Amino acid sequence: MTAEGALVADALVRAVPLILTGLAVGLSFRAGVFNLGAEGQLLVGAAASAAVSIRLSTFAGFLVLPIALIAGAAAGAFWAAIAAELKRRFHVLEIISTIMLNFIAIHLVSFLVRGPLQEPTHIYPQTVTLAHPARLPLIIANTRLHAGFIIAIALAFSLAWIIRRTEVGFRIRAIGASPMAAESAAMIDVNRLSWVVFCYSGAIAGLAGAIEVNGVTFALYENISPGYGYTAIAVALIAGLNPLGIVASGIFFGVLETSASAFQRDFAIPSSIAGMIEASLILASLVFAAAQKRYTLFVRREKPA
Amino acid sequence: MSAIEAFLEGTIRTATPLALAALGETVTERAGIINIGLEGAIIVGAFGAFVSTGVGGVWLGLAGAGASGALISAVFAFFVVRLRADQIISGTAISLFSLGLTATLYRQMYGATGAALSIPTMIAASVPVLSSIPLIGRALFDQPPITYLLYLLAPSIWWWMYRTHSGLALRAIGEDPRAAAAAGVGVPRTQLLAVLFGGCLGGIAGGVLVVAQSGSFAEGMSAGRGFIAIAVVVLGRWHPLGVIAAALTFAAVSALQYLFQAMGWAIPYQAFLALPYVLTLLGLTGITGRAVPPGSLGKWPTM
Repeated sequence: MTAEGALVADALVRAVPLILTGLAVGLSFRAGVFNLGAEGQLLVGAAASAAVSIRLSTFAGFLVLPIALIAGAAAGAFWAAIAAELKRRFHVLEIISTIMLNFIAIHLVSFLVRGPLQEPTHIYPQTVTLAHPARLPLIIANTRLHAGFIIAIALAFSLAWIIRRTEVGFRIRAIGASPMAAESAAMIDVNRLSWVVFCYSGAIAGLAGAIEVNGVTFALYENISPGYGYTAIAVALIAGLNPLGIVASGIFFGVLETSASAFQRDFAIPSSIAGMIEASLILASLVFAAAQKRYTLFVRREKPA
Repeated sequence: MSAIEAFLEGTIRTATPLALAALGETVTERAGIINIGLEGAIIVGAFGAFVSTGVGGVWLGLAGAGASGALISAVFAFFVVRLRADQIISGTAISLFSLGLTATLYRQMYGATGAALSIPTMIAASVPVLSSIPLIGRALFDQPPITYLLYLLAPSIWWWMYRTHSGLALRAIGEDPRAAAAAGVGVPRTQLLAVLFGGCLGGIAGGVLVVAQSGSFAEGMSAGRGFIAIAVVVLGRWHPLGVIAAALTFAAVSALQYLFQAMGWAIPYQAFLALPYVLTLLGLTGITGRAVPPGSLGKWPTM
């Protein structure tokens, strides 16, 4: 493996959580749900997956990995369900509740890695390193590129198909475009569907956390995410919320962030410049959208059939 | 200082930047605009304060903070008032941009390692007589002068919002911009000013973190206060005095940790750190009555 090859692999490794959280954000925005909580959902997903991987590693054999990933997705869905339920029952704006839940998740992880999940010597605020059966296999030897990349791509294709080709997908697009019209014309239970979409969105973000733990870090610690859940908003928006576009923008941002780190190392250019570029791209896309006037909110108007 | 006094002092200290940012956001939201970019205004304000305090002392620092916050919010206003772009997306982008911008400038100007540089801080000035009131005196009246300005600002904003013609115009826009426009109110102009005012106070809130509290700048030191301030506005029912009460409540819950630590309770400290957010969520469910936002908040009727 050449140095360049390793760099490309690193960029793709970085792209995996960005694609997955981007898909989570994109799916919810499509349905008009402003889930800004992918960060928190990713963190609880990572925590659940780490806990399951550690506790089950001795007797679950090869099953430990799928169980851990499912646990991560379930935890993410649960975290999103809190905000979904607050929205449905009490009309709490999800913009605010999901961000509050992000902070709670940060403190929860901090508690876990200093408390019940801390490594046995109780020196470092992190879990033990995961045993091999709990790790995602590599897809290219001698790189860090793991099978999570394939899961992310497969999920993107599935979501693209669901949104484009299925009745559920049509309903999701309908409530995102105009909830009132969807409720009255298409007989869609908007509250129920957006609740379900919210939870699936959380599940995808939770899966992102699980894959990060089982594919990259092999342990849970604080700061496991450098803000993937927030960058995800840029990833999803620049792709126009299109799942396959999100794969492309996720890889693009993965390249951007890994090269920013390399630039900081080699040329002393601050890596934080990547965040500025990402935000500028969102703003540029807003200018573009305003100029085009072909957008309602941010979803491109469907051509009449 | 007793544990109770430390608790009260901690409450006011935490509440000051939060209340400043939330008051500004109240004015912005009353104009029908939700500024998620407030987090950005705070961090940019903190950096502006850090730079300008080094030049001309703490008061210039706070002025620089307010100007920086207003400046970044002018960008936000361009998107939402001029282009009618989506408010949530524009605000999120502004916050992300500001966090990246300040981190980049800080590392460029002060080195990649970001050695903790300190600047002169605003020293507490105790108010004669009032500061010697038992128990609450020192907490309320032995604070940096910016806190006293906040005591004046909250009732002033209330008076302006509910007792003047322009305050009524602002609230009218928040309820229904089309009706306000029909009544002869300059909607875009008022909205622009409301966003700038909110950004300015957000910037000053960031400035307080630097010049009155930490005495230094750190990347991401806004630490979500902008988002908390937005929640505080909801908890305070979009009313300036309600917002002050909500900010104090949030701060008091945050400061509980000092009290419980002093009592030696063996509860994980993360529980206390998370508690204010949990209570904010509970508060938002409307235990104290349902929150009714301004009618046009976050939406754009075609004008």
